[in-house]
Amino acid sequence: MTQYPASAVVEPVAGEEKTLILNMGPQHPSTHGVLRLVLEIDGETIVRLTPEIGFLHTGIEKTCEAKFYQQVVPLTDRIDYLCPMTNNLAYCLAVEKLLGLEIPPKAQWMRVMMNELTRINSHLVWLGTHAMDLGAMTVFLYCFREREDILRLFEMVSGQRMMTSYFRIGGLALEPPLGFFEKVKSFADRFPGNVDEYEGLLTGNPIFLMRVKGVAYLSTEDAIAMGATGPTLRGSGVDIDLRRDAPYSGYENFKFKVPVSTEGDVWARYVCRVQELRESIGIVQQALAGMPEGPTKADAPKVVLPDREKMKTQMEALIYHFKIITEGFTVPAGEVYQAVESPRGEMGYYVVSDGTAKPYRVHMRAPSYANLQVLAKMCEGRLIADVIAAIGSIDVVVGDIDR
Amino acid sequence: MALTPAITDIEQLKSHPALARLLEWNTGALQAAKFDREELTLWIEKGLIREACAILRDNPSCPFNYLCDVTAVDWYPSQPRFEVVYHLLSIPKKERVRLKARLNDQSPVIESVTSVWPAANYFEREVFDLFGVRFTGHPHLERIMMPDNWEGHPLRKDYPVEGYR
Repeated sequence: MTQYPASAVVEPVAGEEKTLILNMGPQHPSTHGVLRLVLEIDGETIVRLTPEIGFLHTGIEKTCEAKFYQQVVPLTDRIDYLCPMTNNLAYCLAVEKLLGLEIPPKAQWMRVMMNELTRINSHLVWLGTHAMDLGAMTVFLYCFREREDILRLFEMVSGQRMMTSYFRIGGLALEPPLGFFEKVKSFADRFPGNVDEYEGLLTGNPIFLMRVKGVAYLSTEDAIAMGATGPTLRGSGVDIDLRRDAPYSGYENFKFKVPVSTEGDVWARYVCRVQELRESIGIVQQALAGMPEGPTKADAPKVVLPDREKMKTQMEALIYHFKIITEGFTVPAGEVYQAVESPRGEMGYYVVSDGTAKPYRVHMRAPSYANLQVLAKMCEGRLIADVIAAIGSIDVVVGDIDR
Repeated sequence: MALTPAITDIEQLKSHPALARLLEWNTGALQAAKFDREELTLWIEKGLIREACAILRDNPSCPFNYLCDVTAVDWYPSQPRFEVVYHLLSIPKKERVRLKARLNDQSPVIESVTSVWPAANYFEREVFDLFGVRFTGHPHLERIMMPDNWEGHPLRKDYPVEGYR
C-alpha cells in the first residue's frame, strides 16, 4: 500500500475560509454541449462562476470570407443548430439588403411560417432538456415527440431534418411540395393541446416550482447593462421583440403578443417561452390562412439560380447558372447589420461587402454569447443546484457561442 | 427596395438623435457620418469612444442604452488598418446606430467600453483574440475562443484561411 507524504493531506483549519474549484463540463449532461463552467465553491454556495468557452470554435467567420455569398448559407445552419432557419433568414436578409433585392410575398410568408416552426422546435428542445435537468423526465419525451413532427415537416420541404439551408439569397431553395400545407395545418391544429399537456406537467407542479421560483434572479437594469437578450431580457421586464419593433420579412402583417414577465427569475423565463410557443403557433395559423400565391424566388437572374426546366430549354438560363456556380455574383460595396429575433434573442448578421463575389467580413452577433455573460451574475451566492436551473433558463447553444 | 445613394453630408443627417446629441456634445468627436441602406454609421475619434458611448447611453431624449455588438473589420493593407464597430440600440425608442473607430497597424489600442456597458466584456475579448486589438481598461483581456498559447490572430486578413500558419 502506498504511503502518502503527510504534506499532501490538507487539514481544514477551524475558522479559516476554504474554497474549492470545481469543473462543471465540458462533458456534463446539463451544460447543453461543451460548455465548461469553473465554479469556485464554498460548501454548496458558489463564490465565483467563470464560463470557459471555445471548445466548438470552428472559425466560421473566417471561412465565410473565403466563400461566395451563396456558399455561406449552409455554414449559417451550423452556428445555432437548433434554429437553422433563423440563421438562414438573418444572413439572407442581410445580403438581400446589400443587393437591394425585393422578395416575392409568398417567399416572405413561407419564411415567416418556417421561422416560427423553427422557434417552436427550438423551444421544445429547451423545454424538454430544461425540465429533464430539473428532474421531470416525462416532459422531455413529450417535447421530442412534437419536435419529430416538425423535423418531418422540415425534411418534407427541404430534404433535411436539421441543417436545412432552405432559405437562399433571393427566396427559397424549393417550392413547398404538394400536401405540405395540409401537414402543417394538422400540426398547428393539434399543437395548442400539446402545450396544455406540457403545462399540465410543469406549471402547477410543486417540485418544479420550488426549483424555479425566485432562482437565478436578474434585475431589469442588470439585464440591459449586461446585454441579456430574448426571453432572458423579457423575463426581466423589458418589453422588446424585434419581430414587432423592427419588422423584417413581412412580420408587420401578423398579429401576436409579446409575452413579458417582471419576476426576473427562472420561472419568468419559463413563462415567457411557453407563452411564445402559443403565440408562434398562432403566427403559423395566420401564415397558412393568408399564404399568397406566386413565385418563391425573386426575379433576379444574376443572383437566383434558374429553374431546372428552364436550364434545359433556354440558353440564358444555362449561362446564368454556370456563371453563378463558377464565379458567384457581385454585391455592391457597403455594410449591413441585420438583426432578427431568434428563439434565444437578437441574432445579428453584420455583413461587409467590398464589391466582389465574396463577403469581406461576416460577423454573427450570437444571442447565446450575450446571454452567457449574465450567468455569473445569476448564480453567484446561490447553490450549485441552481446553476443547472440557470443554464437551462438562458437556453445556451454552444455552437452559437463559439461559432 | 432599389438601392439609393448613401448620404454622407452631416447637415442632412442632423435629425437623427445620435448624431444630434454628439454634435451638441463635441463637434470634434465626429469624423464622418454615412446613411446607407437605412442604417446610420458614425466615425468617432478613437480617443473619445468611451465618452461618446457614455453620452449616447445617457442621452435623455433617446437613450442608446443597449450594446448589441462590438466587432472589428481588418482593411489590410490599407491604413488605418482596423475599424472597431459598435452597434447600439435604444430600447425605448427602437433606434439603432453604428459607431466606428479607426485604428492603425502600429498600435491597435482603444479604450474599453466595459465601464459604460458590462456587456462589452466578452465582445471585446473576442475582438482582442481574433484581431489583436487591445482594449485599455478592460477587466480581463485574455483570449476567449482560441487556446491561451495560440500564436497570431485568425481574423486578420494576413492570416491564411488554410494551410500552415
